[in-house]
Parts: sequence; structure tokens; C-alpha cells
Amino acid sequence: MALDNSDIKRIAHLARIEISDAEADKTLSKLAGILTLIEQMQAVDTTGIRPMSHSQDVVQRLRDDVVTATNQREAFQANATAVEGGLYLVPKVIE
Amino acid sequence: MINQSLKNLSQLLASKAMSSVEMTQTFLDRIHQYNPSINAYITVDEEKSLAQAKAADASIAAGTATVLTGIPLAQKDIFCAKDWKTTCGSKMLANFIAPYDAHVITQFNNVGAVNLGKTNMDEFAMGSSNETSYFGGVKNPWDLTRVPGGSSGGSAAAVAARLCAAATGTDTGGSIRQPASLCGFTGLKPTYGLVSRYGMIAFASSLDQAGPMAKSAEDCALMMNVMAGFDARDSTSLNHPKEDYTAQLNQTPFSQPLAGLTVGLPKEYFAEGLDGDVAKVIETAIVEYKKLGAEFIDISLPNASLSIPVYYVLAPAEASSNLSRYDGVRYGHRAAEYDDLMEMYMKSRAEGFGEEVKRRILIGTYVLSAGYYDAYYLKAQKIRHLIAEDFKAAFKQCDIIMGPTVPSTAFKIGEKTGDPIAMYLQDIYTIATNLAGLPGMSVPAGFSNDLPVGLQIIGNYFDEARMLNVAHAYQQVTDWQTAMPKGIA
Repeated sequence: MALDNSDIKRIAHLARIEISDAEADKTLSKLAGILTLIEQMQAVDTTGIRPMSHSQDVVQRLRDDVVTATNQREAFQANATAVEGGLYLVPKVIE
Repeated sequence: MINQSLKNLSQLLASKAMSSVEMTQTFLDRIHQYNPSINAYITVDEEKSLAQAKAADASIAAGTATVLTGIPLAQKDIFCAKDWKTTCGSKMLANFIAPYDAHVITQFNNVGAVNLGKTNMDEFAMGSSNETSYFGGVKNPWDLTRVPGGSSGGSAAAVAARLCAAATGTDTGGSIRQPASLCGFTGLKPTYGLVSRYGMIAFASSLDQAGPMAKSAEDCALMMNVMAGFDARDSTSLNHPKEDYTAQLNQTPFSQPLAGLTVGLPKEYFAEGLDGDVAKVIETAIVEYKKLGAEFIDISLPNASLSIPVYYVLAPAEASSNLSRYDGVRYGHRAAEYDDLMEMYMKSRAEGFGEEVKRRILIGTYVLSAGYYDAYYLKAQKIRHLIAEDFKAAFKQCDIIMGPTVPSTAFKIGEKTGDPIAMYLQDIYTIATNLAGLPGMSVPAGFSNDLPVGLQIIGNYFDEARMLNVAHAYQQVTDWQTAMPKGIA
């Protein structure tokens, strides 16, 4: 699981976080220990073991397909950096 | 007054010896006096708190009050509270005013409790010392050169320094229990699914759980009565029947209140890495529990050592997914300059997140990326199952599990910030509980070199009422939870 500087840059891009070369190097050294820690898992035999995400035997609850939310656009958009006409403004995406 | 139990504070209000406005003002004055040196609170809004107190006084006068009506509580800044700044300890949300209430906040509002303010925390709940907060570190009231623990460090310092009657926290890998241990009070992480996560800013959705942080087990039980309960808005909320968490608290102390209780001591929690002085405090506490009638046996949690690697795959993976919503579009920090949308995302997130958060997002993104998901995330989920099975087997031999909460006492500020793994090892005894979804508590058990030591109690699913009584019985014959730091009169 040895990563290099370009791996860090690639992962940062996937995570949409800008990272400089210097930061990538610094991150690499801090991550090295953590990645070695994670490798400990490979020594465990998990053949036939089901993955667990919830301790209780539950299934996704469903609800009736009815409208329960109310329009709170103004309240929610109060936290936005740039809004206009009820829309959120971002740099042009489509030419 | 500030050292009184929630029940006694409630009595003071009911008997009109004091009003909620007076009680709230007392705590606000203490916050004003001590917060500059402790930094427990990020946001205080006297006007809002006193308005709630006034409404509570009216309710008390009208005879519609319940035990927490008018009681001033501190809320971890991870809970969205309508019209309150809710920062999650991050620059990303430094100016975010929540437009709605978290379920936990609604529950406290419904009983007329008073919100004293939002407490400091590690950024996005990632940390064990409150040192990753954008709003500065929190000082441990027992020794201002040391950390209070984390991520609920602000709530912890507020409880220890009596800057609130009680507080809320959240626990993903130990963030209620470890600060409770380091600051000398009682904290409970409930069974996963008992307390709704609606409005609780998400870190790791399959692990996060809100819980009470208060002086005693009895106080925690009273808080749980308000916090726990099914909420349809949280898809992981369990439809568990409503319980009275005070129901099993022994009303009169008698000679052997814990007779018939079998307690398991996991050998893995008493091995290398545990500070010798902490071990002594725990052993002394065990003697007390034996006197109360409990029987102790040795048990083993064979996969315990894998808790840390498993957690540091699962939690960062879930965090990377949960924190992908912070893109500067609808709320949160947006960079000032960018040429296109991609740059807007990348700069906003690079600027808005601190180092530890970025580190965990990167780990999470990596273990979830194409080609690695099976080897890391899925593998971790399988080992998680093994860890849960270890506890299942243990609970066939014992009713309750005990051990130290943390390997050592509060460390010095800055001592572990250079080494992420040293920091992660703070949670070595607490993490498995989150992975298994079990309830866990920390109970103050004594001091080592004048610093608090906590005893951890782990119960089976939904066994909170019994755990609280086990702690309560101990707290009837000891008084660690009444100890107050010097200099915080």
C-alpha cells in the first residue's frame, strides 16, 4: 500500500481538495503510519464472514409517498454565498 | 448551587428558592468569568438563553414543568439549533446559522430546558483532544496546560468547570467517554440507534451517537429520558420502546445492591499500553464494586487489537462521503477567487477544512476508490462483524464489561499533535464499542497524579438502565463525581 506523491494528488483530486506539491509530501509522511496500521487487517481470515454496517437486524424503513416538507427556500438560502432569483449561483459549467 | 445534581436543581426551581432566570444568569456569569481561560464555549447568546429561562419560569409557575424544565444545559456545537451559529468546530461552517433544530435540541426545547450555548469541539468531531478546532483548543479545568479530551472537549470542560448543569456530546470512537475520563465526570454513549442523528452534523454515520455528559449516572439517566426515542427523520433510528432510564436506579443504598451481577474484565484492556497508575485506580474501583456484591471474571475480546485499523478505515470512509456536501455552493465556506467550478470546489474545501479533517477525507477517499473498496472497506466491515461477535460471546458469560476508559490521564497540550497514531491510540478501549453499536459509559473512578481517571462500563444492547444503576450504586459509596477542580470556585 505504498503511496507516492502522485497518488496523493490523484486522491485529493477525487476528494475535490486542492493540494500543493509540498502539502502532498507532508501528507504522505503523515499518512504512511496510518496506512501501515490499516495493513494489519490483511492478516485476519475473514472467509465466509458477512460485512456488518448495523448491529441490529434492520432493513431500510420506507414511508408513504406523500409530501411532508414545506418550502423554506428563503430560510435555507440565507446561508448561501451567492443567490439570485431563488437559485444558487456558481461559475458557468456548460458552454 | 453549581455542584448540585439535576434533581436538586429541579427542586430549587420547583420550590421557587431560585428562578430559572437566576440559575441561568449564574451560569452565564461563570461562563463570562471562566470561558476566556478555558475556551469551552464557541457561542453564547445571553438574550436567547434568558428568554428560554423566562418561558421555563412561566411553565414552572403554571405547574406544567418536568424535571429538566428551566435547567441550563450546554449543547455540543455539532447539533443544529435554529437561529444559533452552528460551526462543528470548523472554518467551513464558521458563519453557518442553522435553519432548523436537531432532534436532540427539539427534545430539550420541548421539556423547557435552557440552551446556555454551543460548546467547542474537535473539527467535525475528528480528534481526541479538542486541538483540531478552528476556534482554538480547550483547556482541561483540572490542569490548564492539559487537554480535556475530544472530540466533545468543550462540553467536557463545561461540565468539569461547572459552566453548565450538564451537557450533550457525541461519540463516534470515544468522544464522550474519553473526555469524561480525562475531566472526571460521567458520560454515556447509548446503543447505536437510540438517539436520533437528525440535525446532528454527520461524521461517520454508522458510528455517531449522541449522549449525555453530566456529573453523575443519575443525571445522565435524566438526560437520556429526554434524548432517547424513535425519530422517523433518522433512517437508522430504532423503534425501541420508550424507557425510563432512572427506573433501575436503586432508591435506597443497601449493603449489596449489585449482588448477582457478573462483570467481565477483558484481558486485552489490561495489557501493555495501560499506564500503571491508571491500572491501580481501576483495580481500587473494582474492589469497591466487589464490596457492592458484583462478581468479576476474566474474559477475552480476541479481535480487540483490530479495532483501531478497522475504525481508521470505516470512519474516514464514511467521513469522506459525509463531508463531500461541503462544496461552497449552498452553505459553508466558499473561496474568494476561482476560475471555474472545479477550482471553486477545490479551493473552498482546501481552505475550509483543517489538516486532520483533510487527512481523514484522503484516507477515506483512498479506501473507497476503485480497486481498493474490497480490500479495505469491505474487509473492515467483515472484521467489524468479528468484533461484534466477540462481545456477543462475552455477554454469554457476563452481564456487564468493565475496564479503563483511556490508557492514561490527560496529556499536555501539543504533546500528541505531531503523531496522528499516538492520538488515535487514546481511543483503544472505546472504539470497539462504537464498532459493535453497544452502549458504553465512563464513570469517574479516582485520580492519578491529581488528574481524573475514568472506569469504562460496556453493556449489552439496550442495557443502559442497568449500566446506569451499576454506576449509580458505585456513586452512592464514592464521591469522585462531586470533586471540583481547584481555582474554579
